[in-house]
Amino acid sequence: MKVIVIQFSGSTCDRDLVYAMREIMGWEVDLVWYKEVTHKLDNYDAIFLPGGFTYGDYLRAGVIAAYTPVMQEVKTLAKEGMPVFGICNGFQILVESQLLPGALIGNDTLRFSCKWVNLRVETSRSAATKLGVKGDLWRIPIAHGEGRYFIDEKGLKELIDNDQIVWRYVNEHSEPTKESNPNGSIDNIAGICNLEGNVVGLMPHPERAAESILSPWETDHGRLYFKSIENFHREMM
Amino acid sequence: MTQETVKKNELNLTKEEKEAVFTTLKRDLTLPEAAMLEVMNSEHCSYKSSRPVLPKLPTEGPQVICGPGEDAGVVDIGDGLALVFKLESHNHPSALDPYNGAATGIGGIIRDILCMGARPIGLLDSFRFGPLSNPHTKWLLKWVTKGVGDYGNCVGIANAGGEIEFDPSFQVNCLINVGCFGVMRKEELALSRATTPGDKLILLGGSTGRDGIGGASFASKNITDESESDRGAVQIGDPYMKKLIIDATLEAIQVGLVAGLKDLGAAGVTCSISETADAGGTGTEIDLEKIRIRESDMEPWEILVSESQERMFFIVKPENVEKISAIFKKYDLPYEILGTVTDSGHCVVKYKGQKIVDLPAHLLTKPPTTKRKTRKPKYLSKLDQKWLPKEPKVEEYNDLCRRLMASDNIISREWVYRQYDTEIGLHSVVKSGEGDAGVFRLQEFGTKRGVAVTFDGNSSQCYLDPYNGSAALLVEACCNIAAVGAKPLAFTDCLNFGNPEDPEVFWTFEKAVEGLADAAKVLEVPCVGGNVSFYNHDEANNVAVKPSPVVFVAGVLEDATKAVNKKLKAADEFIFLVGETKTELGGSEYAKVAYNSENGLVPQVDLSKAKLIIQDIIKVIKEGLVTACHDISKGGFFVALTEMALAGNLGFDINLRRIVADTERSDIKLFSETPARFIITTKEENIEKIIATFARHEIPASFLGKVSSEKRLVIQDKDKQLVNLSLDEINQVWKYRLEEEMEGKKEER
Repeated sequence: MKVIVIQFSGSTCDRDLVYAMREIMGWEVDLVWYKEVTHKLDNYDAIFLPGGFTYGDYLRAGVIAAYTPVMQEVKTLAKEGMPVFGICNGFQILVESQLLPGALIGNDTLRFSCKWVNLRVETSRSAATKLGVKGDLWRIPIAHGEGRYFIDEKGLKELIDNDQIVWRYVNEHSEPTKESNPNGSIDNIAGICNLEGNVVGLMPHPERAAESILSPWETDHGRLYFKSIENFHREMM
Repeated sequence: MTQETVKKNELNLTKEEKEAVFTTLKRDLTLPEAAMLEVMNSEHCSYKSSRPVLPKLPTEGPQVICGPGEDAGVVDIGDGLALVFKLESHNHPSALDPYNGAATGIGGIIRDILCMGARPIGLLDSFRFGPLSNPHTKWLLKWVTKGVGDYGNCVGIANAGGEIEFDPSFQVNCLINVGCFGVMRKEELALSRATTPGDKLILLGGSTGRDGIGGASFASKNITDESESDRGAVQIGDPYMKKLIIDATLEAIQVGLVAGLKDLGAAGVTCSISETADAGGTGTEIDLEKIRIRESDMEPWEILVSESQERMFFIVKPENVEKISAIFKKYDLPYEILGTVTDSGHCVVKYKGQKIVDLPAHLLTKPPTTKRKTRKPKYLSKLDQKWLPKEPKVEEYNDLCRRLMASDNIISREWVYRQYDTEIGLHSVVKSGEGDAGVFRLQEFGTKRGVAVTFDGNSSQCYLDPYNGSAALLVEACCNIAAVGAKPLAFTDCLNFGNPEDPEVFWTFEKAVEGLADAAKVLEVPCVGGNVSFYNHDEANNVAVKPSPVVFVAGVLEDATKAVNKKLKAADEFIFLVGETKTELGGSEYAKVAYNSENGLVPQVDLSKAKLIIQDIIKVIKEGLVTACHDISKGGFFVALTEMALAGNLGFDINLRRIVADTERSDIKLFSETPARFIITTKEENIEKIIATFARHEIPASFLGKVSSEKRLVIQDKDKQLVNLSLDEINQVWKYRLEEEMEGKKEER
């Protein structure tokens, strides 16, 4: 696998994502400053938009990054089938770029929240859940202030009908309850994909959950996310 | 010089300070010179009261790379790496404007780490407020937490732990102390020195405005009814700019473009141009018009003392100016070349072609100290050290335990630390709330080693007995480090006190420093830096804060994967209490919560014994004999063991009869706060090895009972059953009370 992580101004989780993919997954990873993406992006097997913050998230999370020139090229490639993954702020950028539907708004608690949550895999058709089986439970941490997924009724129906909801927040018994929803996301949605499944956005941070030493549960479910992407790539080849 | 002049009698300095200035200068001052001297002579910048006392603290050891005097302490952690750490107060700004005060406290402490050349990787915080139920406390706590969180989260530095204490003496003057630590390769150490004439002085980052004018002076007086008008002395942070500054600075250091580095904190440009010159034995000359100002009508003196945030001061070889400029441009960061290092020994400032400042650097950086009077406080003679409450009846224990677990100083701090990113950087192996100290692995620096960090304060004990309270505090913080399996290396402190001009306050300050110093010497944990915050005195109500030294102890683990936390792991594991329990209830949560008493004996630590216990705890953890470990502090043995149960979601069934104590009283065994005691759990096959390790030093290690799968807390003493509580019931009051106080009660959970 050869992938690129785009580092925007003020990106904070870029190095963590590089570490997980390079050191844990053994991939070839280029971390490239958003103004210095000179060689062609289509040389890569996948594009990653990292999490954390960009531009301080001063206006609205992800919105300024969405208007950088490099995102124009990402959009074009995504439409041609290039796998594009957004984690946390990256998901917010994908939504702001309209590569994914809906919006991410302030948490219903009105507070930033960092904690380990349970995710239920809802489909294995996305590029990031190829190895998941519907109903699998992944333990992965969140860290966001604007992670509440919202979409209108019609849009939600489309997501459901088209099998685009990739993960939901659930409790220990895999039930999507109000208590297990950390931010008030509609229908407990934690991550979605586009119709084709090649563009995937997720609020929790798989790169923080790829080694058991970092997990209070001694799990490494973040690996399943990256392994799935590897599998998707192999199937594409 | 064309500027308006200031005569000797117009200068707002003490007699001795004026003497020092005019003996050297023999002329009137310009207005900017006067402003610079006034701010550098403020308590906050000059440490004029504390400097005569601080040398009592030991500062040397083979592990020390940089001690006090630099922006942060630096210690050797092996494998060619150095740990940089520092703790600082932002009390006065936070009392007025909790959001911006706390946020810029974080901003400032990050710069202290960065300007030593290290990548900042972790943050800690320590808050002291009035009682939690008070609405003003809730307002402060809400916005301080948000300020710390918003800034730290946005720059992408993980929280590694902290502590909070609630006490009426902090009602108006809250204490907000923040710490940061970072790691670097030893050869990347950058010093705040201008050593070579001809080098260029560059100011990077934000523009200079009127925010934070006189911040250092504001922090050097009591809080009064008029303090509200000092709101302009509170700076405003810009964490996004800070993030870019961090990345640009580290990139410049890595390619060797930085000859010297200084952050702009208290006293702004004045401090940077004088301290770098004095430390390097050189002079500095700058052109003030080069500085980008936010308001066009700013006076030169305002520009010189402004404490606007997000600025860094670089000293760069002339041949590297172009290369470093390219890095700054990459990040779209504004910068200006202000001037040059000279060999004059003076700080010279030019403005519109005129020389407006020409002062010897040492006049700014080494103002005279002030000898303060001391007197033992009257309240101390009224205390009854022999006080003991009547022993509770057997049937009263369940309720006592419930009340303790629900008290302000014991309840879970989860509502606070959930608002901080604790995971970023992929370092946190023992996270906030999981152990006595935060443990960060250092995977990105190519080592198996880890660092352990903790903050500790105990104003209740320091109030009743500043010497023993402070000694116990440092011991307790070192025990925090040992409890995760790390070796304590060094500490930095933040000494929060009232008005130093009050002899009774200054007496407590001296005793606290002596207590820290004596403990540090025996434990061989030197002081590598610190901060003093005086004038934490609420004039309207005439209340000084309780003496509140706060320490930041850092330690190292050879293998971060060997760290242990406090969670009980499995049913039927064996529970041991290590150390001897004494009748020491002074300043304890038990005395406060159950009897509202400030009497009783504050723990008198046997320092040599404590050192042996700490060594042996580290040894048994390193040998893999321990499954969970927690040191005993606030609330005593009962609270410590219950916290382990809550963290592991398992119960326990124990008997107190084997506890080695100077008393037969069950309440003292359960609630005394004698330090240097640990609770450990272990598997059956390791019991003998553990007992043998502690027996070598005649340290009691008493088997008390077992972890139970039934989620109940069951405690007997001989044949009396004292406690039988459901873990879930205790969890409800302990875990959710802070959230309920802050957010209102939820109908269902």
